[in-house]
Amino acid sequence: MRRPKLVLVGNGMAGVRTLEELLKIAPELYDITVFGAEPHPNYNRILLSPVLAGEQMLDDIVLNSYDWYRSRGITLHAGRAITRIDRARHRVETNDGTFAEYDRLLLATGSTPVMLPIPGADLGGVLTYRDIADTHAMLDASRQSRRAAVIGGGLLGLEAANGLKARGMDVTVVHLAPWLMERQLDQTAGRLLQRSLEARGIVFLLERQTTEFIAGDDGRISAVRLQDGSTVPAGLVVLAVGIRPNTALAEAAGLHCNRGIVVSDTLQTFDPRIYAVGECVSHRGVAYGLVAPLFEMAKVCANHLARLGIGRYAGSVTSAKLKVTGVELFSAGDHIGAAGTDSIVLSDPVGGVYKKLVLRDNRLVGACLYGDTVDSAWYFRLLRDGRDVAPERDRLMFGEANLGDAGHLGQNRAAAMSDDMEVCGCNGVCKGAIVKAIEEKGLFTIEDVRRHTKASSSCGSCTGLVEQILMLTLGGDYSVAPKQKPVCGCTERTHAEVRQAIREHHLLTIAEAMHFLEWRTPNGCAACRPALNYYLLSTWPKEARDDPQSRFVNERAHANIQKDSTFSVVPRIWGGVTSADELRRIADVVDKYRIPSVKITGGQRIDLLGAKKEDLPAIWRDLGMPSGHAYAKALRTVKTCVGSEWCRFGTQDSTRMGQALERALWRMYAPHKVKLAVSGCPRNCAEAGIKDVGVIGVESGWEIHVAGNGGTKTAVAQFLAKVATHDEVLEYAGAFLQLYREEGWYLERTVHFVERVGLDYVKKRVVDDADGRRALWERLRFALDGEADPWHEPQRAAVDARQFEPIATEA
Amino acid sequence: MTVKMTEDWIRVCALDDIPVPGARVLRRPAGPDVALFRTAADRVFALVDRCPHKGGALSQGMVFGERVACPLHGWVIELATGSAVAPDEGCAMRVPVHMIGDDVFVDFAAITVRATSVVEP
Repeated sequence: MRRPKLVLVGNGMAGVRTLEELLKIAPELYDITVFGAEPHPNYNRILLSPVLAGEQMLDDIVLNSYDWYRSRGITLHAGRAITRIDRARHRVETNDGTFAEYDRLLLATGSTPVMLPIPGADLGGVLTYRDIADTHAMLDASRQSRRAAVIGGGLLGLEAANGLKARGMDVTVVHLAPWLMERQLDQTAGRLLQRSLEARGIVFLLERQTTEFIAGDDGRISAVRLQDGSTVPAGLVVLAVGIRPNTALAEAAGLHCNRGIVVSDTLQTFDPRIYAVGECVSHRGVAYGLVAPLFEMAKVCANHLARLGIGRYAGSVTSAKLKVTGVELFSAGDHIGAAGTDSIVLSDPVGGVYKKLVLRDNRLVGACLYGDTVDSAWYFRLLRDGRDVAPERDRLMFGEANLGDAGHLGQNRAAAMSDDMEVCGCNGVCKGAIVKAIEEKGLFTIEDVRRHTKASSSCGSCTGLVEQILMLTLGGDYSVAPKQKPVCGCTERTHAEVRQAIREHHLLTIAEAMHFLEWRTPNGCAACRPALNYYLLSTWPKEARDDPQSRFVNERAHANIQKDSTFSVVPRIWGGVTSADELRRIADVVDKYRIPSVKITGGQRIDLLGAKKEDLPAIWRDLGMPSGHAYAKALRTVKTCVGSEWCRFGTQDSTRMGQALERALWRMYAPHKVKLAVSGCPRNCAEAGIKDVGVIGVESGWEIHVAGNGGTKTAVAQFLAKVATHDEVLEYAGAFLQLYREEGWYLERTVHFVERVGLDYVKKRVVDDADGRRALWERLRFALDGEADPWHEPQRAAVDARQFEPIATEA
Repeated sequence: MTVKMTEDWIRVCALDDIPVPGARVLRRPAGPDVALFRTAADRVFALVDRCPHKGGALSQGMVFGERVACPLHGWVIELATGSAVAPDEGCAMRVPVHMIGDDVFVDFAAITVRATSVVEP
């Protein structure tokens, strides 16, 4: 069968990224041809500055080798510029007569540097800074001449100036505005930047206009004349006064352009066969010049080219970071502060640190950081999420570091780390390995880094640190994880969308949900199947049927798998109170089944480690104790102190309260594990402050705290309500947990859930709305009523007995 | 696919003895366990029950498409080849498996020759 032809014009980062995304989801769909004006495969244009500065080699920055094109059957015409699009005959043509027909055309022609319309702009030695050829020309010129002038003190101009300085030239920067990078920085930050670059020997002439380039005896550039009549001697001039979307080809073909090729939210031009992505487009009136938005466009465009038709590009928030080694600078959003905004400013000019955060209605709308950009990734995320930051407003300036993460020695400054320092404590990945992977494999997102290095892929506590390393390595081109992340690679749908569809369309099986939501894979993957199974069960209790084969082994075997593939068994011990009888049975089981290790857990229970899978059903039977669900995303323990029954300080009977909670809530599955604690007085010996629900007895009743966490991310529980009676504790705690069960995302702990929806929202639903609270509690009781104990009613709990019986063979 | 049936092929179970999609463990008198997989589309595969990463029991993993996710650290292994999915690198040993009607046959001889070095830790 003849495959439709896709032609890409523009062999740069945006176009090739679109092809990569397309090949990921529809590898065989198109016969692909690529035309690129430059005689190179796709390379990382952003890294030209380090090449110019001598910190990297050209070979290092190639993103897709010739082999990449060849092995994917892509025809590449490198060094052949398309000069005409024949829309009537669906073909593109070059000057040398080469042409290619298309069924779909993708334009990614990028941008061109703005030339100054002044005398001498065409002299030898007057260069722009855009591609490999420009970089070569600058390097050649730097060997022939000692003096360079850079016209334009923006991002690109300063990177060029820094690179030429590093190559040993005397560099003068001529800039029209009163301070540097005036589009990204406010005046204070601009001055700090200028001072630090001046310390490197770069000379700045601000508020000066260039009027003429003067030729020397050899006919090449020899000096730059300014409006005040003065001249700056220069054997090399770099023009960096801006870029302009390259629309010449599209305009000649009659495509609608307006400061860019105008595209819709699906990246289609006015000719529906023709798509456009990257710096050449104008989307909703905005043309982007940074790489992160291009990648977002690429994803959406590929999806439509693959005929999946999902996803719209709705514009990007961009950030800027200067790639000048040793200069820490970040800016994003409205960093100047328009009317209606207010700013929080930290200014230490002597220490070389300046930070400004711009807020509107308690939401971060802009940030400008100089000297200390450790928290830039965090601020950028807050900015994109548009979350209400009122609760942490007073601490906002001090960054994410005070939020408490474990696992990397409290290390939280990526810039200050040496290459051999460990970043990911779970998988033993050091900073150098991550930087190397980012540079060598061309990684741009946190997901890429996770896939390639495993860093941040287990407990996730180092995610912030890995993001910092990404930003540090890539500068402004780091692509922040999108606000709305799909559940997994099998779908474009987010957790919120999946939950909504299951609820609104009464979906009851995984197959039904996958079909309705147009899953791309026949039966999902290890990430989405457990999530769907949980969403179905929690949304439609008693209706949806559990699918054990969509559960992780622990929840299938009702025990915890260990590193040697044996299992551990934790029986339920209500409120941590046991008896001689139970302990005797546990001891007998340990002897009978030769359990190698017995350990007291942190949740006041007993862990039997090293049990063989075949023995599990008999162990459960002999124990005669209920399942502790220590293996499940479910209610684990309710930890208690001894309370008023024995303790001389106790004000409430915390043990009885804890047991009542545990009996009411056990068998409760949730998006993630759930741990409770009850203390009998404010001395809080049960450590209720770091539990999903922590209850603390006081003389007049009980305080209920929620969303604490003692694990990966230590977080103190937040006060929810104070109540008087036992029954109220059950109702409030149950209602909170049901809200989490109904609206939490799979694998989201309560701390992250409450962070996402806000404590105010939780209070509104659980504290202020009495009817709503009772309804939540009622729904939870309905869901749990009559649920089977998998250890003692395996058939009713749909436990597959075959898994405990290996098939014996003769050979 | 045609398979030359020799005396090395041993019937181990019926197709319906394997959960779908899922796996069973084949326990052998000598030599390592073998994981026998069944996909949602009722295709059957067999691999030596050791993940190339840290030796996790692949039979305990979640099966999806024609892949299994190792229960220990989530490496994804292709059932047809035993290879880890990129960017991970490694390979679990394949065991020849064949269906006649609803009966599942395995050729252990094919691995006993090669698998002498694969011993339980």
